[in-house]
Amino acid sequence: MTRLKSSGELEALRKSITEKRDPNKACITICNGTGCQAYGCKDVTAAFHEEVERQNLTAKVDIRSIGCPGFCERGTLVVVKPQDIFYQRVRAKDVPEILAETIGKGNTVNRLLYTDRKTGEKVTYEHEVPFYKKQKRLIIGNNGLIDPTSIDDYLAIGGYSALGKALKMSPEEIIDEVKKAGLRGRGGGGFPTAVKWESARQAHGDTKYVICNADEGDPGAFMDRSLVEGNPHSALEGMIIGAFAIGSNEGYIYIRNEYPLAVRNMRTAIEQAEAHGLLGKNILGSGFDFNIRINRGGGAFICGESTALMASLEGRVGEPRAKYIHTAEQGLWGQPTNLNNVETWANVPLIIKNGADRYREIGTEGSKGTKIFSLVGNIGNTGLVEVPMGITLREIIYDIGGGIPKGRNFKAVQTGGPSGGVLPESQLDLKVDFDELDKAGSMMGSGGMIVMDDKTCMVDVAKYFVSFLEGESCGKCLPCREGLQQMRDILTGITEGCGKRGDIKLLEELSATLVDASLCALGSTAPNPVLSTLRYFRDEYEVHIKEKRCPAGVCNLEAVKVE
Amino acid sequence: MVKLTINGREITVEEGTTILHAARENNIYIPTLCENEAVAPYGACRLCLVEITTARGRERLVTSCIYLVEEGLTVRTDTERIGRIRRMLLELLLARCADSEVIHDLARQASVTRTRFTKQTGNNKCILCANCARTCEEVVGVAAISLARRGVDREMTTPFNEDFSEVCIGCGSCAYSCPTSAITLEDTDGTRVINWPHNQMEFKMKACSVCGKYWAPEKQVEYVARTSGTPLSDYDACPDCRE
Repeated sequence: MTRLKSSGELEALRKSITEKRDPNKACITICNGTGCQAYGCKDVTAAFHEEVERQNLTAKVDIRSIGCPGFCERGTLVVVKPQDIFYQRVRAKDVPEILAETIGKGNTVNRLLYTDRKTGEKVTYEHEVPFYKKQKRLIIGNNGLIDPTSIDDYLAIGGYSALGKALKMSPEEIIDEVKKAGLRGRGGGGFPTAVKWESARQAHGDTKYVICNADEGDPGAFMDRSLVEGNPHSALEGMIIGAFAIGSNEGYIYIRNEYPLAVRNMRTAIEQAEAHGLLGKNILGSGFDFNIRINRGGGAFICGESTALMASLEGRVGEPRAKYIHTAEQGLWGQPTNLNNVETWANVPLIIKNGADRYREIGTEGSKGTKIFSLVGNIGNTGLVEVPMGITLREIIYDIGGGIPKGRNFKAVQTGGPSGGVLPESQLDLKVDFDELDKAGSMMGSGGMIVMDDKTCMVDVAKYFVSFLEGESCGKCLPCREGLQQMRDILTGITEGCGKRGDIKLLEELSATLVDASLCALGSTAPNPVLSTLRYFRDEYEVHIKEKRCPAGVCNLEAVKVE
Repeated sequence: MVKLTINGREITVEEGTTILHAARENNIYIPTLCENEAVAPYGACRLCLVEITTARGRERLVTSCIYLVEEGLTVRTDTERIGRIRRMLLELLLARCADSEVIHDLARQASVTRTRFTKQTGNNKCILCANCARTCEEVVGVAAISLARRGVDREMTTPFNEDFSEVCIGCGSCAYSCPTSAITLEDTDGTRVINWPHNQMEFKMKACSVCGKYWAPEKQVEYVARTSGTPLSDYDACPDCRE
């Protein structure tokens, strides 16, 4: 591949790729994301390749391994294009039939279609599946269209056209566009992205750095993993645009090492982008240079915190520092640094390509665009969902998630990862955006969403999340290290029947101290599970303490009763 | 020079001063355990938290050992909120190091008489402020000891948690910088013993060729000679007997 020297050459290449492709030719896409790999999608993919040869269908159908389209509950996911026939729970043994029937004769294989839980009817097409119907899949939707290891696939769907456009804009114009779009950080903070960019652009420094945070560590959250695995070029393109706007020539992608496929696909994407002249020296002949390196995280949750991440990148212990001087001014190696999360970066090409006005059409007053959540727990449809900001929790849980399985009732939903809050049924009509979740005592976080049914004990839930955070506290500052240990101790006492008068008060006082006095956001948000369960499920704590009874029947308080 | 107000008193200090040092220069007391002028600010013990209002009117809690003075800054070191935070931190410290006199004194000052938390054992007065390790690395330039493991499992220790650290020169800076006396140093009969919270190590002392007094660990003398590029024989006599 010769390096592209202008955006004209990029468009010519795009044209030559799309011209070679027949939009009417059948194409079978098979999810090869990490979730579906657990279901054996590798065997399914191999079976398709073999069987296509055997049935002599090479001229009639293309096979494409794609990243995670989101509906992990029903893997391995197979879609037959161009009709978008949706087959779920596909196993290798189903492959000959799909090819013979659907490709050969144009029939659907009914037994592999999805059954709508509400109506009991079979659903033929992907876009008609209730799980996908209410979603707005602007970002994750592309996962279903491309092979993440093929830059041609990304170019075919318009990839890097935003970069071509951005390089013709001034850095200030780009920042203005992102500002106008109202993009806020998707990693948890919700800070206006353009304001961050502007500070980094205006900061003085010899070298400026741009970082992509892919150190996703929340239990049950896998949005960023799926984006990096399924569409690495989208985050890359966002980073290149951001770097150009900020005036940075060096970037890092910090991916946790437990995401081997994400690391592999991102590495491939970087190599491809370099070979095409979309990264490296003189990008698309614009005179702008930008290089990206991958750094693999060692598995510490705290390294998702920006200053700890930067310490880790520098080769030091991943511990946060006070941010009285912002990282935009003194970040990595003391230089101006801009860090954004994967999903934030992936939103950038969309904004530049279609314009801020179009982007702003979706969302609420204070939160624009879409947000990807990983919907897990006691929910019918486990998976990744991308929804417009402002959708209600009820719509996500019942319409998209299919409600609570096993005939049980909804009890609570935890949003925002381990340090998010737990919201009860009375909050189901809450409009999901950065500010509303905050007000309700939870937070957007990076987008974890754990649904709990009536067999869940809220004290036990608080104990679980506090234990997780206790294990992940770096231990640098006193309130987080000592406070979480004591908080877990009190919660364990309550769940084991040793709860005593004053425990709730002590939990509240301790929580207030962690909020006020912790060095970083891990500690200051860590009491959220306790505070939110106390706010909405205080009676459960009281029953545990006074009556030595667990209303949900989860905790074993018997040992103490016998005494 | 920068003008600011601490607890209603208008003071003027040099630019680049931390709030804590500005307060100290003006005899305003702010408690702290992990602050040490010789090393870079760390901000771990959180006892020095103060409430500030910036000239632009932004209110927040900051660690005074890190935050630098600003023109027009209003600082309050003794509000009710600060008091609440300090008392809770001291309760946590009392639970961590019930055997530390320093912690008890600080607690008494803040009217904390007991802790409601589960008392821990085996911490041997160590509050993990890393003053020792930071001094060893930043001032001595040796890094003989460090914090190991993460979070609640964190310990101040030697490499491989042995009663030995190959690079340690026995200078005792760790003991001098420890705010809670969790590290001690004993010199007896030509031997120095450094007791860290979980390890200890012995050092042979060098005797003065003139007066015969043991005046420094041999390893430290060798280190000083090596790093200063002076011959070891320059250090045969102790500083008092040296010409």
